[in-house]
Amino acid sequence: MSKKQPNILEHELVPKHEILSPEEALEVLKKLNIKPYQLPWISINDPVVKAIGARPGDIIRIIRKSPTAGETIAYRYVAVDTVKPKKKGA
Amino acid sequence: MKRIKSIKKLETILKENLEGKVSKAVYEKLREKLIGIYKEHGLYEEELQAIIEETIRRYDISQVEPGEPVGTVAAQSLGEPSTQMTLRTFHYAGVREFNITLGLPRLIEIVDARKKPSTAIMEIYLDDEHKYSEEKAKEIARKIETTTIENIAKEIIVNPFEGAIIVLDPEMLMDKGVTPETVIKVLEKLKLGKVYQDEEDPNTIRIDLKPEKADYTKIERIRVKISKAKVKGIKGINKVIIQERGDEYILVAEGSNLAEVMKIPGVDYRRVYTNNIAEIEEVLGIEAARSAIIREVINVLEDQGLDVDVRHVMLLADMMTWTGKVKQVGRMGIAGEKTGVLARAAFEMTVQKLAEAAVSGEEDPLVGVTENVIVGQPVPVGTGIVEIYMTPYKPYGRGEEE
Repeated sequence: MSKKQPNILEHELVPKHEILSPEEALEVLKKLNIKPYQLPWISINDPVVKAIGARPGDIIRIIRKSPTAGETIAYRYVAVDTVKPKKKGA
Repeated sequence: MKRIKSIKKLETILKENLEGKVSKAVYEKLREKLIGIYKEHGLYEEELQAIIEETIRRYDISQVEPGEPVGTVAAQSLGEPSTQMTLRTFHYAGVREFNITLGLPRLIEIVDARKKPSTAIMEIYLDDEHKYSEEKAKEIARKIETTTIENIAKEIIVNPFEGAIIVLDPEMLMDKGVTPETVIKVLEKLKLGKVYQDEEDPNTIRIDLKPEKADYTKIERIRVKISKAKVKGIKGINKVIIQERGDEYILVAEGSNLAEVMKIPGVDYRRVYTNNIAEIEEVLGIEAARSAIIREVINVLEDQGLDVDVRHVMLLADMMTWTGKVKQVGRMGIAGEKTGVLARAAFEMTVQKLAEAAVSGEEDPLVGVTENVIVGQPVPVGTGIVEIYMTPYKPYGRGEEE
């Protein structure tokens, strides 16, 4: 058995994840007129987050393949795990 | 009327007028169709413009309007067909050896976000080197499938006088690709005593039990320990079957261990699939879990011959993965995390929820649908979502300007 760790980002179930730069993130939040915590979350312990090296507070753009629209863009907010997720951040 | 002279011209017009206004799938479909029509009959520029305009108009009409209760519609669209599903567990079509949970029980399993499906199954695709030959596929199947002493032994005898005698089945040894030497190594790890091969028959292995182990009360336990000892394979995977799908061979495994199977050389780790959603979440992340939920639910519905729009399923998966962890649809998940006290109380465990809210001094801002139904106010859904703010008098000091 080889010790080589397979790259999970290449798996067919995993869509493309990109970390947004602060400027891009601000633009997205302005366009959607929301605060970061109102986006769907992604845990800091998520294997993909670890693989792309995102940090808490980052916003990740996810380019999903959709059977109806071809391609859709979703955003997720990198959050630290809490026991019971409640409102946080600004 | 101006005739369009080339496909290139057609594409530039299409790109200028349509791109970004409709989804990619619609754009691609229209482009393909137009090229087909153009090749057969030719097109005028005005015609093309009219087609594009109509496409955009219909696309806008088909979109969800603000205030539409998509969640309720999705719930009904999934709930009604599920009443028509059979409650029986079916056999997995095509593979006689497996018995898999399908239909309503499986749907409930997915929606409840159980940690373990009642019948775990993996689909293991192989890389280019292994997928075209049955022999090579079998080689990998052997590596993955768990083989215990029990599987390869004809007899296991334990008694306090002779110790343990394990008679191996030479046919099974060949089939699983195991040698008596590896079996001895495995048995030595159990630390039961001295392990050695019988002088006359190489397929018989004897263990001289340590004196403190040679006790009648412990014999049955030792026998089980020996028979369950793992010789090779991946933990959690019990049976592997080779299946021909299209022009390639794939492995279907009973049991699931995604992380370990992905590491096996010869396996196409990009396409390995399991029906254990919790495991996918752990190994591949929340977005992969979302895709898996959609895939599993659609599979269940299609299997029963029910036609539900994917969008409802996608909404369900989005809600389940909203917090970054797969949450069930129920009192511990989506329904239990609603912001309003009344909305939570209306679902399940009314008295408890109200008591809890009272103890912690919660407030209900009455923003949801359920709360407003209870209180008897217009519900913020559809036309009810619109509110009018008006200024009954002119603001102080700004009257003259306007």
